[in-house]
Amino acid sequence: MLKDKYKDRIAAIFAKYPPERKRSAVMPLLDIAQEEYGYCTEEAMREVAELCGIDPTEVKSVVGFYTMYYEKKVGKYVIDVCDDLPCVLRGADKFVNYCEQKLGIKAGETTPDGKITLNVVMCLAACDRAPMCQVNTAYHYDLTPDKFDKLVIELKKG
Amino acid sequence: MEKHILLRDLDVPNIRDLAVYSQHDGYAAWKKAVTGMRPDEVITVVKDSGLRGRGGAGFPAGVKWSFIPKDVFPKYVTVNCDESEPGTFKDHHLIRHNPHQVIEGTALCAYAIGANVAYIYCRGEFREPAYELQKAIDDAYAAGLLGKNLLGSNYSLDIYVHLGAGAYICGEESALLESLEGKIGQPRLKPPFPAVSGLYSKPTVINNVETLANVPPIVLNGSAWYKQWGTEKSPGVKLFSVCGHVKNPGNYELPLGKYSIQELLEMAGGSMTGRPIKAVLPAGSSSPIIPASNFHAKLDYEAMAAIGSVLGSCSWIFMDDSVDMVWAARKMIRFFKHESCGKCTPCREGTHWALSVYDKLLSGKGTIEDVNLIGEVNKQIIGKCFCPLGEFATSSMTFTLKHFKQDYVDFIDQKKGGSDVYLKELARDHHLHELHSGVVSVNGIKVH
Repeated sequence: MLKDKYKDRIAAIFAKYPPERKRSAVMPLLDIAQEEYGYCTEEAMREVAELCGIDPTEVKSVVGFYTMYYEKKVGKYVIDVCDDLPCVLRGADKFVNYCEQKLGIKAGETTPDGKITLNVVMCLAACDRAPMCQVNTAYHYDLTPDKFDKLVIELKKG
Repeated sequence: MEKHILLRDLDVPNIRDLAVYSQHDGYAAWKKAVTGMRPDEVITVVKDSGLRGRGGAGFPAGVKWSFIPKDVFPKYVTVNCDESEPGTFKDHHLIRHNPHQVIEGTALCAYAIGANVAYIYCRGEFREPAYELQKAIDDAYAAGLLGKNLLGSNYSLDIYVHLGAGAYICGEESALLESLEGKIGQPRLKPPFPAVSGLYSKPTVINNVETLANVPPIVLNGSAWYKQWGTEKSPGVKLFSVCGHVKNPGNYELPLGKYSIQELLEMAGGSMTGRPIKAVLPAGSSSPIIPASNFHAKLDYEAMAAIGSVLGSCSWIFMDDSVDMVWAARKMIRFFKHESCGKCTPCREGTHWALSVYDKLLSGKGTIEDVNLIGEVNKQIIGKCFCPLGEFATSSMTFTLKHFKQDYVDFIDQKKGGSDVYLKELARDHHLHELHSGVVSVNGIKVH
């Protein structure tokens, strides 16, 4: 259970909001669930609902609405490449082609070893450093095929 | 400008550290306010400075603060760091490289309106910058700048960071509040405005990160000092995020109204490709595109309005003459279709159908009737949406059609649709759409 394993962290989250506004903690608690399980499991959503004193369907609607919550298992590393207009002007489309070729999967898919999910996403607010991507929490800038090769080697090790 | 007011990290190395920030007037305004100014005096100086909201709407910050009722408790400050407009990356810069100025501005706003709690809402993708921001907040607490009974006064303030999880709409202030309350980020009906009924139905000021970063130097140096830059109606300095086909993309801090679009382009090194620049989007995907023939316009709110565009969030996406505006408009519509929150029908359905028409054009099956249809779809969206997102979505269609109609005509006449590049782009988007909607799964894995 999350509430046992992450007792202090959860208490610190609830301390940020008024006691009668536990629902504000839904998203930070889902972050913990996703860190723990890799995605928002049914069980985790139920537990978050119980902690916040709301209905599980309300938690599920939050998970469904925001793009950073996964409802099914994804790769250990999720590579989100921005292919919005500003990034494509600086070569992001060709870069995504390269990523697909290098990983042997299409955008939206996961490598057969379960290590890497490749995704294309909307603007990540780093248009001046395109092509760029986010790998889990970290941004990687000014990407080239060579830099991507090195990144993939690192990820495959981890 | 000799010295930066916002991008101070470019002048002072490591200003992100509290010790360095403190050596360079850091928290001097905060100390000045808490120990020597009444809250209404802080509001007055910000009002007199003419500082306008830097998130896009341009509403005068001090006036917004003055709307907060004095006799209702508690009150809240929420800081909009949901920066998601394609082309915008200024707030990202500020929280990473000059976080204490944002924290100090937030604190001054809270003091001015009588709030004891402030939330900084960062988009979920800013996880690592948000951790750094939290560390800066922790340092401010440790130095006695935040917390209980500050600086010998009876005023207390807590500042918390709250992370979103990926939704453009949460940059809309009432959707941001919904999200902060743990709900899906759909906008609220206004009125009531947040100043009356905001976070937890309490009086709330919502300001953009850049707006608040302007506040410490204004409080410290006075409104007259700030007004030495800018114009009468657009005082002060502004961050310009510049990207696209320019040699030196990045953030530029400039006085409002001093330079023209052409000069901004030259500051950013001019065309990256050597080809002539064809047009610019001045405030990301949501803004009316400006053809190069209007690059003489000055960079302030009024001058941009005079040429039929907006200053908005100041995210300048320059495009050279290789860019086909049919393709560019589709890219922008795809964004809005993806980001429509689904609450109101004109936006949800309108962006869906608009994208379908553009997809048809790109696939090579479009006709001139489809180009006309875009105008019809537009009409069903404009003026009918619950919040500005739907209106934003129409800008890319309306203004590429207005200024670059020939691109559409040529697209049909010269059969530009159906090229390998376009077909690949469409195939990728459709594959992702199917994965997202759970129509198919690959390796048993559906990526949300």
